[in-house]
Amino acid sequence: MLSYIAKRLAMAIPTLLIVITASFFLMRVAPGGPFDGERQLPPEIEANLMAAYHLDEPLPMQYLRYMGNLFQGDFGPSFKYKDFSVTDLIAQGFPVSLELGGLAIALALLLGIPMGVMAALKRNSTVDYLLMGTALGGIAVPNFVIAPLMALFFGVILGWLPVGGWNGGALPNLVLPVVALAIQQIAYIARMMRASMIEVLGSHFIRTARAKGLNERQVIWRHALRPAMLPVLSYLGPAIAGIITGSVVIEQIFGLPGIGRYFVQGALNRDYTLVMGTVVFYGVLIVLMNLIVDLLYSLFDPQIRYDD
Amino acid sequence: MTSSNGAHDAHGAPGTTADNADHPQGGGAPNPPQAPVAQPGESLAREAWRRLRHNRAAMASLILLVLMTIICIAGPWFLPWDLAEVDWNAFGVAPTLEGQHWLGTDANGRDLLTRTLYGGRVSLSVALVATLVSLVIGVLYGAISGYMGGRVDNLMMRFVDIMYSLPFMFLVILLMVVFGRNIFLIYAAIGAVEWLDMARIVRGQTLSLKRREFIEAAHALGVRDSKIVTRHLIPNSIGPVIIYVTLTVPKVILLESFLSFLGLGVQEPLTSWGVLISEGTSNMQGAPWMLIVPAAFLAVTLFCLNFLGDGLRDALDPRTR
Repeated sequence: MLSYIAKRLAMAIPTLLIVITASFFLMRVAPGGPFDGERQLPPEIEANLMAAYHLDEPLPMQYLRYMGNLFQGDFGPSFKYKDFSVTDLIAQGFPVSLELGGLAIALALLLGIPMGVMAALKRNSTVDYLLMGTALGGIAVPNFVIAPLMALFFGVILGWLPVGGWNGGALPNLVLPVVALAIQQIAYIARMMRASMIEVLGSHFIRTARAKGLNERQVIWRHALRPAMLPVLSYLGPAIAGIITGSVVIEQIFGLPGIGRYFVQGALNRDYTLVMGTVVFYGVLIVLMNLIVDLLYSLFDPQIRYDD
Repeated sequence: MTSSNGAHDAHGAPGTTADNADHPQGGGAPNPPQAPVAQPGESLAREAWRRLRHNRAAMASLILLVLMTIICIAGPWFLPWDLAEVDWNAFGVAPTLEGQHWLGTDANGRDLLTRTLYGGRVSLSVALVATLVSLVIGVLYGAISGYMGGRVDNLMMRFVDIMYSLPFMFLVILLMVVFGRNIFLIYAAIGAVEWLDMARIVRGQTLSLKRREFIEAAHALGVRDSKIVTRHLIPNSIGPVIIYVTLTVPKVILLESFLSFLGLGVQEPLTSWGVLISEGTSNMQGAPWMLIVPAAFLAVTLFCLNFLGDGLRDALDPRTR
């Protein structure tokens, strides 16, 4: 098990290196620079700025310098957010995104899995159609429509919840963004769970379980549920990485200080170091999440083992 | 009792045997009776279409989608207002059947129905073109990777893994920054990042297909590799590809709206559903119809596409017979 983990992590290093290198050069190839704002800077000042950030050096030198710093855990200073290092920005924003995303995923699993199982057990009944129709609604209505509508209804018209703001993560401020983030995930998970549950319920080992006289509840809880959750599990790896790195739309609508906006703003502002920081951060998260998912597989499916 | 067990078997069996069973290729020799409804010698496409027609939700969606497309393409010709035309007497007018603006106007006095239909043209054409781009790249890439196998396959799939680990937004924005904010490049940019899943699916198909006898026969007849890929491998993996395409179309529409919502999509005076929704969001309190109208068009389209996709999957998947 431990050697498997070590092997997987070692395999991830070249992938990450290529990802970092590719995005470094891609970003530099893109036209524009971090200092072309609306206000044209005097050439001397711009030259000074370029020198201060080592942007006047040849590109390969800059690359080596960046990689050297990266290995020491230094993401460099942000070009746009003066006085902040990229590490600071991520360290400030990530807890917010993590809390929102983590709660949203928990909510999605808590609602999505039972919805899918129920629909599968009552296949082609009114309950099934109702549940799957709702799920389809969650997919068809994008979150940038649902979120403002929820803010309008619960925040402005009813006045039950704050329309936006983080407020140190107070519960009332969390409700709307978490629900808005979770809706689509609930829908996806419910649909996936229904499909795989139907497949599992049709398999031979379930027939065996029924034939040996187990009651329906034992068949479902003891035998059907775990294997049926495998597709959801493999979906969750990249999904969690995506959600806890923040949603720019939700952050924008509810005015939250997460890190989702850095992915967009960094690239738009040519904030090279910030972009690279987010890319590295995301890449590492994806690798870790996929590893965790693969390890969890052995818990859910006894046929999968990671011994040597 | 025995006969009822047998019936149960026949019902449950396709789930396990369908993987090994050959699809009827074209209208060739009569097949041994397998599924209760399949007619001997019926082509896969014909059978799928027959099954799709019995799916009422999918057929209703198909009709609605065709209607939506026709309305978006032809509608603006029949409306008295133009895309950017300002009605100086009607700023932010609510929907009404009596006046000239059936679905109201926006804050600048532009007819919302006209703008929504124009937006629909953009959104639907993005869906079409971007899906096509992702289809071509993904199918070719996957088929070549799977067919070549070995080191080439390894390398090509490694590249896909790397693309997966890049944040999606970063790629799209980067492509748009490099190529400028041209509408065709938005199509291309979306297509260029959406082909990864398609490549994986086609590769998997190709890997299982290339061991089959008809490929071996083509080899023995001296058919060139490039021809085997285009004439034999790609046409035979079409089923899962169609299913995935129907999933890609709504994804692409959503993505375009999302980019437009962030202000990265099409630019004024041109509009898309995403742009209109974004404008509607900022005017939500005073003029809720500005959000509701484009959101409804978008939601109806996405609903229909998903229903149709589900229907197609059921119709094409031999296991759901």
